[in-house]
Amino acid sequence: MFYREAGDFNTSYPEDSQTFPIKFDRYRYYVVLAVAFLVIPFIINDYWANAVFVPFLIYAIAAIGLNILTGYCGQVSLGTGGFMAVGAYAVYKLMTSFPEVSMLIHVPLAGLITAGVVTVFGLPSLRIKGFYLAVATLAAQFFLVWLFNKVPWFYNYSASGQISSPERDVFGIIITGPNTEAWAKYVICLIFVTLAAVIARNLTRGSVGRKWMAIRDMDIAAEIIGVNPMMAKLTAFAVSGFFIGIAGALFFSVYLGAAEVGESFGIDKSFLVLFMVIIGGLGSIFGSFAGAAFMVLLPVLLKNVFVGFLGWPTDLAAHLQFIVAGGLIIVFLIMEPHGLAQLWRLAKEKLRLWPFPH
Amino acid sequence: MKFTTLAVAAIMAASPVMADLVFPSLSYRTGPYAANGIPFADGYEDYFTLLNERDGGIGGVPTKVIECETGYNTEKGVECYEATKAEGALVYQPLSTGITYQLIPKVTADGIPLHTMGYGRTSAKNGKVFSNVFNYPANYWDGASHAVNHIMSQGDIKGKKIALVYHNSAYGKEPIRTLEELSKKHGFELTLIPVDHPGQEQKSQWLQIRREKPDNVIMYGWGVMNQVAIQEAANIRFPMENFIGIWWSGSENDVLPAGDKANGYKALTFHNLGDDYPLYDDLRKYVVDAGKAAGAGDQLGTALYNRGMYAAMLAAEAAKTAQELSGQKELTPALMRDGMEALEITEEKMAAIGLPNFGPTFKVSCENHGGDGLGAVAQWDATAGEWSLITGYEGSDQDVIQGLVDEDSAAFAAESNIDEGCK
Amino acid sequence: MPEQLLFAMEVTLNGLMAGVLYALVALGFVLIFKASGIFNYAQGVMALFAALTLVGIMEGQIPFAHIINAIFGTELHHFGWHVPALLAIILTAGVMVLFAWLVQRYIFQHLVNQEPIILFMATIGLAYFLEGVGDLMWGSDIKKLDVGLPQGINDWIDVTTLEALGYGFFIDNLDISATVVAVFLVAALIIFSQYTKQGRALRAVADDHQAALSVGISLNFIWVLVWSIAGFVALVAGIMWGAKSGVQFSLSLIALKALPVLMLGGFTSIPGAIVGGLIIGVGEKLFEFAIGPLVGGATENWFAYVLALLFLVFRPQGLFGEKIIERV
Repeated sequence: MFYREAGDFNTSYPEDSQTFPIKFDRYRYYVVLAVAFLVIPFIINDYWANAVFVPFLIYAIAAIGLNILTGYCGQVSLGTGGFMAVGAYAVYKLMTSFPEVSMLIHVPLAGLITAGVVTVFGLPSLRIKGFYLAVATLAAQFFLVWLFNKVPWFYNYSASGQISSPERDVFGIIITGPNTEAWAKYVICLIFVTLAAVIARNLTRGSVGRKWMAIRDMDIAAEIIGVNPMMAKLTAFAVSGFFIGIAGALFFSVYLGAAEVGESFGIDKSFLVLFMVIIGGLGSIFGSFAGAAFMVLLPVLLKNVFVGFLGWPTDLAAHLQFIVAGGLIIVFLIMEPHGLAQLWRLAKEKLRLWPFPH
Repeated sequence: MKFTTLAVAAIMAASPVMADLVFPSLSYRTGPYAANGIPFADGYEDYFTLLNERDGGIGGVPTKVIECETGYNTEKGVECYEATKAEGALVYQPLSTGITYQLIPKVTADGIPLHTMGYGRTSAKNGKVFSNVFNYPANYWDGASHAVNHIMSQGDIKGKKIALVYHNSAYGKEPIRTLEELSKKHGFELTLIPVDHPGQEQKSQWLQIRREKPDNVIMYGWGVMNQVAIQEAANIRFPMENFIGIWWSGSENDVLPAGDKANGYKALTFHNLGDDYPLYDDLRKYVVDAGKAAGAGDQLGTALYNRGMYAAMLAAEAAKTAQELSGQKELTPALMRDGMEALEITEEKMAAIGLPNFGPTFKVSCENHGGDGLGAVAQWDATAGEWSLITGYEGSDQDVIQGLVDEDSAAFAAESNIDEGCK
Repeated sequence: MPEQLLFAMEVTLNGLMAGVLYALVALGFVLIFKASGIFNYAQGVMALFAALTLVGIMEGQIPFAHIINAIFGTELHHFGWHVPALLAIILTAGVMVLFAWLVQRYIFQHLVNQEPIILFMATIGLAYFLEGVGDLMWGSDIKKLDVGLPQGINDWIDVTTLEALGYGFFIDNLDISATVVAVFLVAALIIFSQYTKQGRALRAVADDHQAALSVGISLNFIWVLVWSIAGFVALVAGIMWGAKSGVQFSLSLIALKALPVLMLGGFTSIPGAIVGGLIIGVGEKLFEFAIGPLVGGATENWFAYVLALLFLVFRPQGLFGEKIIERV
């Protein structure tokens, strides 16, 4: 009834190929942006920022990065944790070496450094495919974690090897360190997320994205129609690395404030981000958000329901949390193997016809 | 997502704010370190339950323990911190070095004290820089010194070979600097042998020990690494009495899988072991038999249960001190912090609690948040299945450690623009 | 330096033994991947679950005691009996067969013909689920597993080598038993797959699902069978690793030790898993011995992967994997 394209006439190609071709969708998108930028910063508190929103936004960036690599270009990667660590350590070294330079420059720089590293680790993808590649990226994961643990230069020779982010501000507003206001953390992450999503969306629907998708669908066929597989794969690794690096940098500097590489950027992180991408939907920017929201919110929600609401002992609750999370993943896959993004698409299809389905 | 948001909001709003003395317990009863997290959390909670049941709380104000499961995961630790701090949490004891590092800047900004007993950031001993962080009665560097002192007490250390087997993480790397300084001072040879997480496969490391034949091995291990290391040491027939673990490598869990072969293994500790104390009678009477015990109620008297209980005891004593200092019964985190800074544990106090000779005596001050660094050595008796102290509480080499503490805390102060307090 | 050579020999021998232990875990992966194309991430958790169940049965623990006590306020912990090891192993194998049937019936039957990554994802969900169930059923404390395997240095080898070479080699008795068990296990698997009807059916399914279906082989039955065998292999791996470290959560992490083995040997080859295990075991131990001290040690975790990666660059399907043929 409200959600339809009737009366929505496109008179030019850009209009026809815009991201939200349906008016209702477009307005909804503006409303979401407006709420995110103009309402939430004024009502957010420490708990909501640190437990829900900031991790959600940062994981969304990481998921977008991995989705470009895995969902669009078909290269499964299990090195995300290690690549995030590159971003984190890069931003740490930059922050402490050049304290006068703005964080708005350091974070993208950390992303670029990560992009370089990830591209190097992407080189085996030219030879190795499928699960073999996935396991091969684990080599990057373990090696990077070992490296950051072993070489004292990376953690400025501190006694224990932990890195902690010093206080830095942007235009006078503190965004890292312990005295950061909840809303400042949230807004800085939101800005990066919005930019990342817009860039990713535009990359994936342009010629670069089409090349990636051609490689994903069948690389030999793509090569025959003139896609250079080396360029396509390596650009996917680089772009993906850029986003993951930004996510790692924000994760350490804004969210955690202090990090130890093995614990914060271990193999669990690689799997977590991969879950987000698959649960959300491979090859969908919206899916990256949905997957990140699902994986961040679910444990918090289950914990609050079991412990806060039902008053169960925390260990029972934690075990049940595993069971429920694992069960939900399986149920979701059985119901809809293409993720939350596909459910969303189906819902929209239904909505277009509603209330007259015939 | 909107529905979930509402649901969470409703639950958050429903939890009432009470005027109790709130002691959050950031525990881990799941995950790779659950076996160590469970007894500690049980001991911590049971002690406060006992205070409530027997004395009606501390100074007449009931205590309340809010348990929050971290799974030894730093992000969940942050979530737990944010979720519990609004309830008026008086002191945090996360039992994880990783979470401690997260919380140090946060608690300092929020004005809540953090007590990391025998773990966390060692240089937090310097109260001039770390105003809200306490690590009495002993820390990692004290532990390294205790181990070396113990080896020295058994014979001349000069020219001996000592190997450090450590968990290759921030925690395991802590004692390296101290041991290096001590090796220069006393003239022993130090070999570093890292074990990567999780540490299930240590054949290379123990073959190296077998080849190089060090006279003593010191271990800083955690989780499965401990059990495998003790098993492998038994396999290569390394003499157990020359094998000393830090207190985190000294629980029943660590020695039991190796069976009789673990007999004679030594571990450091900063509190006494076993359940032969008057307080345990009360614990059984008021808590366990009343069906109010935390968890399964089967951990009483294990090393880590005692440690959890000891942590709770120190927190309760600090709360008492804070009540006396301020004259107020209901405490705020700031008052609690002052109480911790004025805490003094004496033999009479421990005896009055029902724990005579349970821990070292020490006194906290504004400059010294780490106590006197006293520790003892315990030895495992496999036939009796129990730990027993074989030394008294002895001091550590403060000449070496204090210098390192000052150096590391000064670096932290410079990095974070902290002005020294306590003037 | 002959002394260094002797040390290297000792390290190599121990590496071979460690490799056998890795191969035991990798075998389970290979079986399932070969028969159904599922990359079973839950293999490590299955080993943990099997070992937990074995100890629970041996000690007469009441399953789900904790949750029962929490709900009904009872104080149940033990049945009060002890089951002999062999009987307990058989019972546990039965539990693993039941588990295989449940997995097939309620999960993978619904996911037939999905893309490999979706199947992989489902096994990760399964791993989570099983982790929670295992803890809930048997509790999360460390349990001592003793099925009577000898452990500790083998004196005979120590004394013999000391007399012959002047340096006593260290070989763990447990590793020797693991090797013997692994040899028997692989021999049994080979006999089963070559000489029995079900075994031949299994190989047919691994070769081509549709062709197998068309000659009247029940895919469902074969998949339950193969998950059962993988469950049994997980039990053996769980016993061996559990004897080293006690049965506890970290047991599930041994899956990470098996992944480079798989990569190197190929996902589809049983001999590949064995040879890959041996190469990885020897490679990582020798690297740690020779290069480790120069770079600060603890290199084993990543070196195994890098070694496998180097092999892959030359043989992208692993040493023994099926040649990947791609057509447009």
